[in-house]
Amino acid sequence: MMLSCKESARLLSQRMDRELAFGERVALRVHLAICRGCRNAGAQFEFLREAMRGLAEAESGK
Amino acid sequence: MGARLQTSSPLPAPADFRKQVEDLRPYLLRFASLQLRDAAAAEDAVQETLLAALAGEAGFAGRANLRTWLTGILKHKIVDTIRRQSRERPAAEAGTEGADEFDGLFTGRGHWQEAPDAWEQPEQALNQRQFLAALEACLRALPERTARVFMMREHLGLETPEICKELGITATHCWVLLHRARMALRLCLETNWFDK
Repeated sequence: MMLSCKESARLLSQRMDRELAFGERVALRVHLAICRGCRNAGAQFEFLREAMRGLAEAESGK
Repeated sequence: MGARLQTSSPLPAPADFRKQVEDLRPYLLRFASLQLRDAAAAEDAVQETLLAALAGEAGFAGRANLRTWLTGILKHKIVDTIRRQSRERPAAEAGTEGADEFDGLFTGRGHWQEAPDAWEQPEQALNQRQFLAALEACLRALPERTARVFMMREHLGLETPEICKELGITATHCWVLLHRARMALRLCLETNWFDK
């Protein structure tokens, strides 16, 4: 199964909220191997999670 | 008498405890406001938390971090508030499902219109006050329901089944909203921060 970037982006988001099925994981890995844009998007989704943690922590002094 | 002294414990005296708890009010208020987007509701949740904390001081005994303990209580109060709210005024926001909300972002064949570039040194941004302000502005720009689900996931740290249960939505709908939020936020941060 070949994923489009659009489908890949959806899985990149969902893997942060649920465990992907085996087939989904494989398809995503194959797509990411050849698609820099989706790799960047995936990294950015993960950065968002970290940034949200930072947001809760950072302003405590205010 | 000696025995009494020993049991009179490392717990702070009540007045101290009350002050320490009160000192954390601004932090808690901010934490609640981020999720609830409603100053009065946030104030109520924090007030209930402080009352519960002062009444349940014994529950704190031996725990290392007062703020963590209070934040834990506050999260429950916030979820109570959300549950009440979603019962009182359910889903005003009509879903945009059906219409393809990502049409502008992908070509007809599902390729990125504009492939995401790597962000430069995102880690450094985390230490900058202005970056966090930009992130907050992007969060405020999200539609209410989308923001609520995203914040429950990433601010309160709830798992999706819990979020679905509290809001009475399906897991699929939950994932759609979370994905929508992430796509909107990455675009917003790119435009307002990383591209600058």
